[in-house]
Amino acid sequence: MDFLVTNGLALLFYLFAFLAVGAAVLVITLRNPMYSAISLLVTFLSVAALFVLRNAEFVAMVQIFVYGGGIMVLFLFVIMLVNLHRLREIQILGEQWPLAAVIAILFIALIAFVVFTTSFGPVNPIPERLVDVEGEALGNVQAVAWSLYREYLLPFEIASLFLLVAMIGAVVLARKE
Amino acid sequence: MKGALWLIPALPFLGVLLNGVLLWRRIPRKVVAVIACGTVGLACLIGVGAVASYMASPEYAAHEPFEQVLYLWIPAGMHHLGDGSFADFSVEMGFLLDPLSAVMLFVVTFVGFWIHVYSVGYMHDDPGFQRYFVYLNLFMGAMLLLILGNNFLVLFVGWEGVGLCSYLLIGFWFKEEFPPYAGRKAFIVNRIGDAGFLVGLFALVSVFGTLNYRELFGKISANPHLVEGDYVLGLSLASFVGICLFIGAVGKSAQIPLHVWLPDAMAGPTPVSALIHAATMVTAGVYMVVRSNVLYQLAPGVSEMIALIGAITAIFAATMGLAQTDIKKVLAYSTVSQLGYMFLAAGVGAYWVAIFHLATHAFFKGLMFLGSGSVIHAMSGEQDMRRMGGLRKVLPTTYWTFLVGTLAISGVPGLAGFFSKDQILAATFEGHALLWVVGLITAGLTACYMFRLLFMTFWGEFRGSEEQRSHLHESPPMMTVPLVVLAVGAVVSGWIGLPKLGHWDWNWLSHFLEPVVAVVGGHGEEAHHLSLGLELTLMALSVGVAGLGIFVAWRTYGGDQGLVGGERWAARFPALHRLLFNKYYVDELYDATVVRGTWATARGLYRFDAKVVDGVVNGSRHVTVGTSFLSGFFDKYVVDGLVNLIGWLLHRGSQFFRRLQTGLVSQYALVVIVGMFVLVLFYVVATLQG
Amino acid sequence: MDIGTAHYLVLSAILFAIGMLGIVTRRNMIVVLMSIELVLNSVNLNLIAFSYQFSDLTGQIMAVFTIAVAAGEAAVGLGILVALFRLRSTTELDRAMELKG
Repeated sequence: MDFLVTNGLALLFYLFAFLAVGAAVLVITLRNPMYSAISLLVTFLSVAALFVLRNAEFVAMVQIFVYGGGIMVLFLFVIMLVNLHRLREIQILGEQWPLAAVIAILFIALIAFVVFTTSFGPVNPIPERLVDVEGEALGNVQAVAWSLYREYLLPFEIASLFLLVAMIGAVVLARKE
Repeated sequence: MKGALWLIPALPFLGVLLNGVLLWRRIPRKVVAVIACGTVGLACLIGVGAVASYMASPEYAAHEPFEQVLYLWIPAGMHHLGDGSFADFSVEMGFLLDPLSAVMLFVVTFVGFWIHVYSVGYMHDDPGFQRYFVYLNLFMGAMLLLILGNNFLVLFVGWEGVGLCSYLLIGFWFKEEFPPYAGRKAFIVNRIGDAGFLVGLFALVSVFGTLNYRELFGKISANPHLVEGDYVLGLSLASFVGICLFIGAVGKSAQIPLHVWLPDAMAGPTPVSALIHAATMVTAGVYMVVRSNVLYQLAPGVSEMIALIGAITAIFAATMGLAQTDIKKVLAYSTVSQLGYMFLAAGVGAYWVAIFHLATHAFFKGLMFLGSGSVIHAMSGEQDMRRMGGLRKVLPTTYWTFLVGTLAISGVPGLAGFFSKDQILAATFEGHALLWVVGLITAGLTACYMFRLLFMTFWGEFRGSEEQRSHLHESPPMMTVPLVVLAVGAVVSGWIGLPKLGHWDWNWLSHFLEPVVAVVGGHGEEAHHLSLGLELTLMALSVGVAGLGIFVAWRTYGGDQGLVGGERWAARFPALHRLLFNKYYVDELYDATVVRGTWATARGLYRFDAKVVDGVVNGSRHVTVGTSFLSGFFDKYVVDGLVNLIGWLLHRGSQFFRRLQTGLVSQYALVVIVGMFVLVLFYVVATLQG
Repeated sequence: MDIGTAHYLVLSAILFAIGMLGIVTRRNMIVVLMSIELVLNSVNLNLIAFSYQFSDLTGQIMAVFTIAVAAGEAAVGLGILVALFRLRSTTELDRAMELKG
């Protein structure tokens, strides 16, 4: 029990990390696109959990709603629309996979090297406890809301406009003539 | 009014501008005629006004000329004079009005005007009507420049100008064969004279640094020794310049040996012969000599030579005139002969007499030329007197005016020729006895050949064809009025120079021209101190000689004899007749020597050019071909090779790079990622190092 | 050991690499689009990690916006895919070679 208490967070991290990576690998290797989509969903959920571990609850929820509930659904719809699940690729690996693999490994190595040789300093673990004019925030959501609707109001509006445009675009593109 | 002096030569040039440039082929003949005659007539009137204004001015009273400078024409620089000092050689465009130029002015514009009017009638049917008047006006402008200029260079401009117009007008009917040849002959012979003239001018400039009359003659008069010392070839400066300038006069005024162009110049329209080759251009030489009298007085040897040449010319031309059958040629030789008289007068120092004869000659010779034009017109273009005859019945006005002219030239008392010729003989008598004899004989010859012309043309039976007879008609008033005017002039113009008989001195002209003839050194005015008896004897002699000439002519050609008398004389002296008829073979002599010599030289030079010069040129051709071949080779292989290489490189290079454009999105994505990775790598390395 | 920002960053790098491999390698358009979403997710992880590290809410805000943008981009991308499929009756990316030079 002590082991869990002391290493619980780490365990959770590793659990969801491996889950995410594994599911990601499955995404890119499975032949059936439907299976790839499901794996992607697993990845999203794992990432959402990882967000929670870093006290980003609001973002985690957004991740689940938007990615899992929106984008995945979209993907699945399109896959079924196009009858892709019936088509199977003959060869999943493209022509450039050696070079890409090399680059991938190199990239990871580089980042690892950089990251582990940099000291990041202590962490203030309670980022959501903001002290504001109106007093302390009551949680991550409120903190994000306060930030979103004050400093980042303009980007927020622009993002909504962007979504409108994307929606119109998607509709127009997919329309039957 | 004398301030309008510059207008006088300017007006005819304006006529040229209008008729020849601005309104060329755009206006009817009437307008052309009005412009042409109008400018000359206006110039004449302005001339009269200017002279009157001059005579009322203080300059005239002080025996000074009136000078009008328009602008500085040639402002040349410092010039080293012969005696070591410096002169600022410059030439103005300026005009001089003094008694000499006044007389010339009146003669030229008055006679010129009436000849213009006559031309309107004479050239009536000619297609080149407008061109004719352009040339005629151009001539008038140049002639007026010549006589009104205040320095030798302006004179020379006019001199050359009239030479040019002479060429243009002699060769007026250029589509025929002979007129252009005659025009060229006139111009080239003139040119020979002009070469001498120019040398004389150069000598004057180099010694005195100026060509302005007043400056030049002023310097010479003040210090005659300047021109009397040895200059070149054993001659004094005065002699040298005198000879050179006189060479120009010989050419321009058709004296022996450069007289050959004048008879051939008759190929031009008759009014041209009247104006240019009787009244004005040919007299330019006389004018020039009189203008330079200061110089000639200081070169007595040259003056003698001038008188001698004048006398020789007078008699030889008169003999040639005796045998000619073309009516205009007779008049041409007569002109040469009378010009000889003028130079004779100038040579013996009687300068005013030369001008006097110039003026009277302008009237009666101009008259006779116009009269001959009237005859030719009536004869439908025929000029051979052997085919004329009896024309006095058909052409009364022409006949009577012609008679006046003939009487005048023969020296019949009362008419102009008598007075002027008589003065010449009187001036020659003293000291130049031989020349006087020559002059006297010539007077007789003159009367003879002139009356021969008159009788052959107007008396006897008509010897022409029926075709010509049917067209015989008197000329229209446009042509006969000038004849009458000039006839009046031929009578009246003599009265300005009446001889001094004893105490009775009514000689206006000589007094008028006195200021022009400077008294230089010890050489004073001609000592015209013949006694009354001697004067009258001389007059009687000249009249007698003239009468003898007329008598001979009448006996040979008069009445109804026609050509018989002339043929009998020719039969009696066949060799002599041939000699005279062929003008002493002078033309043939020139042709054999000068002309052929020039042709041979030209041919030799041509051969040199063809062989040597062209040989060099052809050689250079080979060099060029060789170098251009090398150059081409280089261009083809080296230059083009480089260019082609670059093209090939680009081609292969682009083929290589083309393989990047696979169109595969995934490949593009890979490239992007590789690039991104490299960037990150660089950034990391940089940060780590820094 | 304690899980620090470093772990998250490495994880993010791994996910990024996998996503990149998917983009470059797979021929099926849908899978490529999915790989793109994977990459975006890895970026979000990175943002959140740093936000936690520096106690700065900006990272989370940016993550929110990233998610929004990803949603829009997925929609449009799928629209294109659908249109392309209608045109060519295949979803193979290699067939869309109009850019071949």
